[in-house]
Amino acid sequence: MGMTGYVLRRFLALVVTLFGVSVIVFLLVHLSPGDPIRIMLGEQARPEDVQRLNDIYGFDQPLAVQYVKWLGAALQGDLGDSIRSGVPVIELVGQRLPATLELAVVSLLLAVGVGIPLGVLAAVTRNSPIDLASMVIALVGVAAPNFWVGLILLSTVAANVGWIPVFGRGPGVMESLGVLVTQFDARPLWDAARHLLLPAIAIGTSIMAIITRMTRSALLEVLGLDYVRTAKAKGVRRMRVVFRHALRNAILPVVTVIGVQFGFLLGGAIVTEVVFAWPGIGRLIVDGISQRDFPVVQGSILLLGVVFVLVNLVVDLSYSFINPRIRYD
Amino acid sequence: MTDVGTNRSGNRTLRRVLRNPNVLFGGIIIGLLVLIALFAPWLTPMDPMKQDLWTRYEAPRGLWVEGAWNTEFVLGADELGRDILSRLIMGTRVSLLVGFIATSLSLVFGMLLGALAGYLGGWVDNVVMRVMDVLLALPGILLAIAIVAALGPSIVNAMVAIAIVRVPTMARVVRSEVLALREQEFVESARALGGGHLHIVFRHIISNAWAPAMVLATLGMGTAIVAEAALSFLGLGTQPPDISWGRMLSVGREVIRSSPHVTLYPGIAITVTVLGFSLLGDGLRDAFDRRLKDGA
Repeated sequence: MGMTGYVLRRFLALVVTLFGVSVIVFLLVHLSPGDPIRIMLGEQARPEDVQRLNDIYGFDQPLAVQYVKWLGAALQGDLGDSIRSGVPVIELVGQRLPATLELAVVSLLLAVGVGIPLGVLAAVTRNSPIDLASMVIALVGVAAPNFWVGLILLSTVAANVGWIPVFGRGPGVMESLGVLVTQFDARPLWDAARHLLLPAIAIGTSIMAIITRMTRSALLEVLGLDYVRTAKAKGVRRMRVVFRHALRNAILPVVTVIGVQFGFLLGGAIVTEVVFAWPGIGRLIVDGISQRDFPVVQGSILLLGVVFVLVNLVVDLSYSFINPRIRYD
Repeated sequence: MTDVGTNRSGNRTLRRVLRNPNVLFGGIIIGLLVLIALFAPWLTPMDPMKQDLWTRYEAPRGLWVEGAWNTEFVLGADELGRDILSRLIMGTRVSLLVGFIATSLSLVFGMLLGALAGYLGGWVDNVVMRVMDVLLALPGILLAIAIVAALGPSIVNAMVAIAIVRVPTMARVVRSEVLALREQEFVESARALGGGHLHIVFRHIISNAWAPAMVLATLGMGTAIVAEAALSFLGLGTQPPDISWGRMLSVGREVIRSSPHVTLYPGIAITVTVLGFSLLGDGLRDAFDRRLKDGA
């Protein structure tokens, strides 16, 4: 089967998966023990508020009818209004989602930027103290919960380094880049970067650790292959063998791991956002839960799920560009 | 395969498992933690529940104070003046128990679903695996948060949520294992001898697919313990007065600059525990992998 068939099949699977995600998210409200309206509004709710919510959700109708109505509205971008603030959920999520994605992408870049060189260094200095140290970092990095790493960074770095802020987000990276290009002003970008630094390290540490381990083992495997030995025997310089010949072929499993881990990053961002008071979708969900604002929780989870599924699709499809040997069956 | 052959290869695998340094280190860490959890009430140097306003956020005093052994506030005190070391020791119970119960639940249901899907094939396989795909379509911690948000914050609901999140991975691994086993001669002969489906699945298939499932479960213990800590950190897991490392972290967040010791030690406890389980899991996988490669 060719590439087109593969892409079509993946899209079909995507639709089925998204349908399933929407069912789960819809059923969340109905999983709650007791009357969902009472849970949202409390026992002392005014009858008119109860009626208003009943009109929105149609809790008195059969479940299937409720679902079809809810999905129909969601497909048109209507995820309901926040019970607490009255603001449309799609608007709230739209404000918060870029902050979460920005944090996840920067964390990933940081993890790749540190993890791959560290893995290469460990592989070429195999069994040396450097190798051992990088492996210890990798082991501990995977084991330490990212929100705890965040707390430790707050207490050690943010408390002692004046220019690193303790909480919150600076201007958006994309807007800051725009300012840099159009007005040659780097200050917004700097502001964005210093806010991003600690949360990105906190979220990226575990992925960095995984990338380091993967790079090391993949590179060691390739370095033992015949063609690398041939290159060495030909007298090609060591660094050139590693970077030109070996790393190119070793990088594929690493890229696979990076793709798989992006979802993990989004998940990690949810909890870590709370640590750094990062105004992302994770905090929106956690605040929504504590305020029993179900439309906000549902809408956020649904959209985050959609992003996650789409990212996974893009990652899968991009393999074919990196590895032309891949087969679509 | 005769009984003698099975025993011999079993012994060989066991020897290899025990000689693996990862299994050794991981096993020692987990063994110590289990002992701490079992004997927690006798190990705590102070009453972990005793509050004292005079010792709020007391800094760690260490084990050696003014030329004598010290057992009071070795690692300092929390926001209510309670001894952190004693609470860490008691918290071992919650973390290990939540991890163990959640992982056991996911092991049982994951193996059952994976075995049925793989063995029966056809529409059962399709339906089960599509549902698993959907559960895997959301980041694990997000799904766990969503489930707890719906069921209400409590330690039991946190365990259920973590178990549900872990089931699909388990089911997938067991299914692929079963697909390979299904075509093997001993299963075919069991079928030829008139063995029923349930008999074959339980007696022959699940008993042979346990090795990868156990590896996954060991690694999953670490994931489950971090998930419990994350949920409790967000206020969705363990509720007071139960002691959990995750809850201890959430309290410490408020005073992170003035009293960092409140967050430092529970985090170290979680990290060491997760490290123990991942070393053990990695080691077991290496040992079993080689068994598969040997064809034993």
